[in-house]
Amino acid sequence: MDEPQIYSRLTQIFEDVFDADSIKLSPELTAKDVDGWDSITHIRLILTIERAFKIKLSTSEIGKLENVGGLVAVIKARA
Amino acid sequence: MNPLYAELQWLPRAPGDFPARLKALANSAGSHGRELQELALCSLDLNQLTKLAKAIGKLQSDGKSLAPLTPFRLAVLSNSTIDFLVPALVATAARHGIALEVIQPSYDQVAQEALTPDSKVNRSNPDAVLLALDYRALPLKLSLGDAEASYATVLGVMGYLQALRDGIKANSNAVCIFQTFAPPAETLFGSLDRALPGTLRNLIDGINRELAEYVSGSGDVLLDIAGLAETVGLADWHNTQLWNMGKFAFSDELIPLYADHVARTVAAIRGKSRKVLILDLDNTVWGGVIGDDGLEGIQLAQGDARGEAHLGVQRLALDLRKRGVVLAVSSKNTDEVAREPFEKHPEMLLKLDHIAVFQANWNDKATNIQAIATELSLGLDAMVFLDDNPVERGLVRRLLPQVAVPELPEEPAYYARTLAAAGYFEAVAFANEDLKRAGFYQDNAKRASLQKQVGGVDAYLASLDMTITFQPFDATGRARIVQLINKSNQYNLTTRRYTDPEVAHAESDPEVFTLQVRLADIFGDNGMISVIVCRPGEPGAWEIDTWLMSCRVLGRKVEHMVLHEILKHARSAGIVKLAGTYKPTERNQLVVDHYARLGFNKLHGEESGLTRWELLVEDAQPESAPMRVVSQGFSSRPEESLV
Repeated sequence: MDEPQIYSRLTQIFEDVFDADSIKLSPELTAKDVDGWDSITHIRLILTIERAFKIKLSTSEIGKLENVGGLVAVIKARA
Repeated sequence: MNPLYAELQWLPRAPGDFPARLKALANSAGSHGRELQELALCSLDLNQLTKLAKAIGKLQSDGKSLAPLTPFRLAVLSNSTIDFLVPALVATAARHGIALEVIQPSYDQVAQEALTPDSKVNRSNPDAVLLALDYRALPLKLSLGDAEASYATVLGVMGYLQALRDGIKANSNAVCIFQTFAPPAETLFGSLDRALPGTLRNLIDGINRELAEYVSGSGDVLLDIAGLAETVGLADWHNTQLWNMGKFAFSDELIPLYADHVARTVAAIRGKSRKVLILDLDNTVWGGVIGDDGLEGIQLAQGDARGEAHLGVQRLALDLRKRGVVLAVSSKNTDEVAREPFEKHPEMLLKLDHIAVFQANWNDKATNIQAIATELSLGLDAMVFLDDNPVERGLVRRLLPQVAVPELPEEPAYYARTLAAAGYFEAVAFANEDLKRAGFYQDNAKRASLQKQVGGVDAYLASLDMTITFQPFDATGRARIVQLINKSNQYNLTTRRYTDPEVAHAESDPEVFTLQVRLADIFGDNGMISVIVCRPGEPGAWEIDTWLMSCRVLGRKVEHMVLHEILKHARSAGIVKLAGTYKPTERNQLVVDHYARLGFNKLHGEESGLTRWELLVEDAQPESAPMRVVSQGFSSRPEESLV
């Protein structure tokens, strides 16, 4: 799966998880930029991503995620 | 994970326009309870439940009415993170007719909240308090092999739980909902853990047993989470990574299932459990179609895999009846034919005197279910309708949304499990009167009359997006044509049986007009469902030698569309008159009015019950039905171009 495909699927997931109409994803985007992206919703986001891409992230991978770019890199390496 | 449970497969999938309907909700006027319930009645994942809960919260804060949902205030005390559970509970409660308000105290404040008179929970005056504790909340000390110490540990835990209860009773007088405890998947010794006193598994077993005993008869309620976790599997229930990351007590994938179990318990406390199980017969209570396969042909014997699956349905129905659930039948059949297996089949577990209301006729099932409800003087929201046919399920869901209609899998072996998993008959107590209830309804029940038709069938038919395909007989279709000709008993005007060579002859005879008819709809392809043979009659006339149809597509106006097609070809062949015969048999009472309903004029009737009919092609104006018509394979006939 290439990056544009991952971004496109991720955008749907973000809109679903944060119940928002349009979220513009960029590699630099972080939790503080998105309304409702707290630590609890972060876990719901990760769980949804794991299911959508059929991957499992380790606890340390989840802990190291800093922005959307990092997330995409992890997905790209796995999916 | 087993998708039946994890995905709540007894519920239909969420519609594609789910997000749009959620949005529309906020802007619509009036009461929103019904629409909320309809959306909640789909199988929803955690994200969808969260969104639905958000919409419900918005409606409430805008002061909009959620009627007819019943308000309920539930406080949740937990040693785990319940931030995912709360919205899931609110949304799922709507599925069960409850407008749920959840009181969520700060994380892991169980004892403080229960025991402090003016705590957030006690001040909120809840209807019930859910003690959503898991084993990690308990003071459990391993005491391997030490029965005495082990029992002391169990009693210590019980003392703690009772103290919580007493605090809640004294301070808010709410009902307590206790959860049993799911043991962890890991064992210490292995199998020995079950038997050896003082292992974790042995302690938790002891606590669950004591707790069940303590709660029974107390007026409080037990929610058997240990049983639920066993059902889905402990290894799937416990997600240690999630516990470590955020103190989530069990897998996020099972939150919809957990929430449904909490919600059905709350609904049961409010008396909203269902009371009546309405059974379809053909391919639900037995395998096969009684009207076509006959008493010897239906599958319902021990030792026959298919038959045992249907016996499983009967056994569950019978057991439900023993605990007070009323049984009824709604079947598209002639009454006597439908009763025959109950009266004569030796393997039938269900007997006629188990059935409070027996509706076997040719009306649509929504009308029949309405009649059953009226006859029993119970609301539609007390009814569960079990039917293998997705079209019947869809019709009932659409016309009578209050009736619970479980989706069923392809495989009949799982019918009983699916019905049980849906939990429609959840009860929080069992009284002696329950034992007698089914009989009580039965004594009072008479056969309901079916004057009142439930409207909206045409709209439903249109929503099925049907395509009807007409072809002349051909070699490809011949095997199925022969099968239908020799098997169809009910919707069969003349019950003439033909062999394969005879059908092949009709196929190639230019004097004989034939039709094979297929029907597809949104649920899939029904395959070939009707067969017509017209032979030359008196000059300028066609004699309808054979007209038969599969009962699966009854009530869809297929016969009207077939007549359209016959007329079209009759006109192009210069035919001015159609002649038809109804020849009665023991099985085809269903079609006694077939030609009358299609506008044929009756010529005469014989003593045997045989009737003769005719229709002038010029005058014919049959009804139409909402379906797409495909007519193919007729091109070899030059007259076709005249149409």
